[in-house]
Amino acid sequence: MTIAPNRSTSLPARRELSNKPRLSDRVFRGVATGGGLSSLVILGLIFIFLANQGYQVLKSEGFGFITGSNWLVVQDNAGITDLAASEFGIAAMLVGTLLCATIAVIIAIPISVLCALYLTFYAPEVIKRIMVALIDLMAAFPSILFGMWGFFVLMPHAEYWARLLHKYFGWLPFFKMDVDIFERSPFVAGVVLATMIIPIITSISREIFSQTPLDRIQAAYALGSTRWAMIKAVVIPYGRSGVVGGAMLGLGRAMGETVAVYTVLNLVYQINWQVLIGAGGNMASMILLKFGEAGPTEIQALMAAGLALFILTLIVNSIANIIVSKTGSKGR
Amino acid sequence: MTAKIPEVKAKVKPTKPWAPTTRERAVDIGAILLAILGTFIAVGLSELKGKLAYAGVFLLLIISINFIQNYLRSGIAAAKDSIASTFAVAGVLVTLLPIVSILYAIFERGKTGLKFNLFTSDMKLNGPNDPLNQGGLLHALVGSGIMVTIALLISLPIGILTAIYLTEIKGLLTRPIKFLVQSMSGVPSIVAGLFILSAIVFPITKTPSGLMGGFALAILMIPTIARTSEEVLLLIPEDLREAGVALGGTQWRTISQIVVPAAKSGLITAVILGVARVAGETAPLVLVSGGGDAVNLNPAAGPMGSFPFYIWKSFTFGTPESIARAWAGIFILLLLIFALFITARLLGGDRNKK
Amino acid sequence: MTNSTEKETTPSSLSSVAAAAASKKKQSTGAQGVGLEARGIHAWFGDKLVLEDISLDFWSGTVTALIGPSGCGKSTFIRTLNRMHEFIPGAAMAGEVLLNGRDVYESGTDVTKIRLKVGMVFQKPNPFPSMTIADNVLAGLKLAQLKVPNKDDLLEECLLRAGLWSEVKDRLSAYGGSLSGGQQQRLCIARSLAVRPEILLMDEPCSALDPGSTLRIEETISELSSSMTIIIVTHNMQQAARVSDYTGFFLSDGGPGQLVEVGATSDIFSRPKDIRTENYVTGRFG
Repeated sequence: MTIAPNRSTSLPARRELSNKPRLSDRVFRGVATGGGLSSLVILGLIFIFLANQGYQVLKSEGFGFITGSNWLVVQDNAGITDLAASEFGIAAMLVGTLLCATIAVIIAIPISVLCALYLTFYAPEVIKRIMVALIDLMAAFPSILFGMWGFFVLMPHAEYWARLLHKYFGWLPFFKMDVDIFERSPFVAGVVLATMIIPIITSISREIFSQTPLDRIQAAYALGSTRWAMIKAVVIPYGRSGVVGGAMLGLGRAMGETVAVYTVLNLVYQINWQVLIGAGGNMASMILLKFGEAGPTEIQALMAAGLALFILTLIVNSIANIIVSKTGSKGR
Repeated sequence: MTAKIPEVKAKVKPTKPWAPTTRERAVDIGAILLAILGTFIAVGLSELKGKLAYAGVFLLLIISINFIQNYLRSGIAAAKDSIASTFAVAGVLVTLLPIVSILYAIFERGKTGLKFNLFTSDMKLNGPNDPLNQGGLLHALVGSGIMVTIALLISLPIGILTAIYLTEIKGLLTRPIKFLVQSMSGVPSIVAGLFILSAIVFPITKTPSGLMGGFALAILMIPTIARTSEEVLLLIPEDLREAGVALGGTQWRTISQIVVPAAKSGLITAVILGVARVAGETAPLVLVSGGGDAVNLNPAAGPMGSFPFYIWKSFTFGTPESIARAWAGIFILLLLIFALFITARLLGGDRNKK
Repeated sequence: MTNSTEKETTPSSLSSVAAAAASKKKQSTGAQGVGLEARGIHAWFGDKLVLEDISLDFWSGTVTALIGPSGCGKSTFIRTLNRMHEFIPGAAMAGEVLLNGRDVYESGTDVTKIRLKVGMVFQKPNPFPSMTIADNVLAGLKLAQLKVPNKDDLLEECLLRAGLWSEVKDRLSAYGGSLSGGQQQRLCIARSLAVRPEILLMDEPCSALDPGSTLRIEETISELSSSMTIIIVTHNMQQAARVSDYTGFFLSDGGPGQLVEVGATSDIFSRPKDIRTENYVTGRFG
C-alpha cells in the first residue's frame, strides 16, 4: 500500500475529547450508582448475616449439615440446648424440596408451553388479551391463596389422581405405595406448585415465542408449511433454550415456596423419593414449622438452613436468567 | 398533468376468504358433538369413570376425529397440524381451569364471612372461632397499609435509582447489576424474613414489629420496582434525552425534569405492581411482624397485624368459623390486588395510547 | 390492461437496457399462456384500502417486474398472490387470483398447497439458522411432508438452478448462516425451487445485497425464467429493465395503490402511455 507523500510526515495529534461531567452530574451519578449497587449490597448482607447466625451450627455439624437427615434437638436439664449432642441435617428437606419442585416443573412445562404456543400463534386477538391479563393476575395471586385453594379444593382431586397413578403405574418404583393413604404427599404439593408456576413459565415462553423472527416464520409458511410444521421447524429451535430458562425460574420459585407447601404437605423428617407417600418436606415450610417453638440454638440451625435455601435458589435463578437473557438477545 | 376525475366504481367490500366458512365451523362443531356423544357411550359402557375419564376419552376422540377428517381432506401434514391445535387448546383450558376454580372458590367460600363489621373492628376481644358478626380485620387492613407503605418508602427510591443506573448511567457494572436484580427477585420470601431477623431483630430491636415487616417486604419489592421501572425507562425515546443534553441541561436535570416525568405513569404502574406483589406475602410477616390482634398504629413498637397474617392465623386455627374468616380475608385481599392491577393496566394503557 | 405478447426492440434513448435484454432473451421466452391471473384485487389493512382494483395476467415462462415508489402496494399485491397477505392482523381483500384457472381464495382450498405452487423469495435472505445448507434446501419437503425418490439429486438440481452448487457442494453440512448474504439469498431461491413451484414471487430479492451478488441473482432469474413464471418486485428500474419481459407500474397518490400501466418492458421504458409512468421511469420522481 502506498502512502500519499503529504501524509507520510506526521498525522495531526489527536485531540482529547473531554467529557468531564459537571459537579451536579457527578453527584447524581454517584447516587444512582449507589442505588444500583444496593442489590449487590443486600444480597451480600443476606449471605453475611445468615452465615453469621448459622456459623456455630455449621461448624459443629460440618458437612453433615448437608448430608445428614436427622433434626434432633438435645437439651440438658437446665433446658439449654446441647449443640454437640444435637443433630441438624437438612438432607431430607433438600430431597423433599427438589422432589416437589421437580414434580411441579414436569407438570407445568407441557401445559405452559402449549398455552404459550396457543396464545402466540393460534388465539384470536380478543381471547389472547383476556388470557394474558388472567395469567398475569394469576401470577400475582398470593401464595397463601394457593395454599388454601390447594388444601380445600385441589387436594381431594389430587388424591384421586394419585390413586389412579398408583393403580396404573404402581410398577414404577417412584409410584410405589404400601399403604392406602394418598393424602398430603409430595405429589399433591407438586400439583399445587405446578399451578403456581404455570403463569410464570407461560409468560416467559410467550415472550420468547413472540420474538421469533418474523421472516423465518414467513419463509416456512411460504414453503407450504402448516402452522404446526412451522412451529416445529422455526419456533421450537429458536425458543427452546428460553423455555428451559423459564422452567428453571419456575423451579426456583417452587423451591422457595413456603405456605402453599406447608398447607398441603405432610412434613416428615425422612428422605423419601416416593412421590405418592404422605411424607415429604420442603426447606422453606420446615423453617416456618420449626420456627414457632425453636430455642436459640435451633433458630441458628434454621438460619443455616435458610442460607442453604438462599444459595440453592440463587444458583438456580442465576442459571435461568443467563439462559433467558441469552435467548432474548440472540435476535436474528 | 391534467387532473382526471376518477370514474365512479361499484364499491367493493373487503372480505376475508381465509376466515373459516360456515361449513367448516359446522364440521368443527359436529366433530365436537360427535366426540361428546362418543365419550358418554365409551364411559357408559366401560369400566372407566370420573371426570378425568370423560376428559381423557373426549380428548382422544376429538383428536382422532380431527385427524381422520383432516387426513382425508388435505393429507398427513394437515392431520398432524390438527393434533397440535387440539393440544394447544387443551393447554389453555388446563391453564384456565385453576384460575376459574380459584376465583370461584374465593367467591363461594368468602361471601359467607363478608360482614360489615370486618371493616370496623379488630380481633382484640375476639378469637378466630367467634361468630362471624364479631371481630374484624381492621387491624390487618391498617397493619398491611402501614407495612406496605414502609416497604414502599424504602424500595421506591432504591428501585428507581437502580433502574436509572441501568438505563441512564450505563456504567461498567450495568450488566452485573442487571443480573443481580434478576437474581434478587428470586430470593424466597422466607429468606427475606430470616434476614431481617438475623440482621435487625435479634441484634438490635429484640422484638418483632411492623417496621421489621416493612423492611422484609421492601427486600421483596425492590427487584419488582427496579425491573418494571427499567422497562418503562427503556421505552422513553433516546432523542428526548439527546434533546435535553443538547439544550445545555446537565444529565441530572435532563433525567429529573424530562425523562422521569415522561415516564411518570409507567413508574406509577411499577409501584402498583410492586405493591400487588408484596401485599399477600405471608411467610416473612409470620416471622418478623409479630402479628397482633389489635389495631396498632405504631410501626416501631408492638406486634402488628396484617392481611396475610390474619388469613394465616384464621386458616391454621381450623374451625369452620375461622376458616370462613380466612376466606373472607382473602376475598378482600384479592379485591385489593385486583383493583391495583386494573389501575396499573389503565395507566399502562394510557401510556401506550400517547 | 392486456399484455402485448410481441416484443419489439427499439433502440430508444431511455430503454436501451430493456431492449438489449429483450433481444438477448428473445429466444428463451415462449409465452405459453397465462400462468397466474389476478382479477380486481383489492387489499385492506384494517379500514385502510391499500390496493385498488389490480388486474394483471402473468404469462408462463416470463418474468414480470413490478415497479413503483415505496408504499405503493407492490409487495402487498404479490403477497395476495400466494395468500401471505392474510397473516397480517386486520387484513382483508377482494378479487380473485386464478392459478391454472382456479381461484386460490375459493373456500375449501388448502392454502398450503397454493403456497407450494406459488413460491416466494423475500427481501432479506432468511435461511433457517438451525438447519444445514442441505437441510435448508430440502426444508420445504419436510415442512409440507412431501416424499421424493432421490433427495440428493433434488438437492443438487436445486442448487445448480440457483447457481450455488459450485460454491457449496463441499460444505453441504455447514449451517446456512455461514454463507454470505448473496449466497444466502440464492440458498433461499434453491429452497423455494425444491418444492417445484410453478410461480416464483420475489419481493425485492436484491435490495439487501451488494452489486456483485445482485448480478448473480439476476443471472439466476434469467435462467429460471425459461421454466417457470417469475414475478419480481423491485425498486431498481435498471434491474426491471435487465431481467423482465413485462413491467407493471404501481403508484399511490396518497390513497390506495393502483396499477398505472403494464406492458412489455421495452415499451414501458421507451414508450410509456401514461405521463406518470414516463415521469417515473425517467427519474423525475420516485
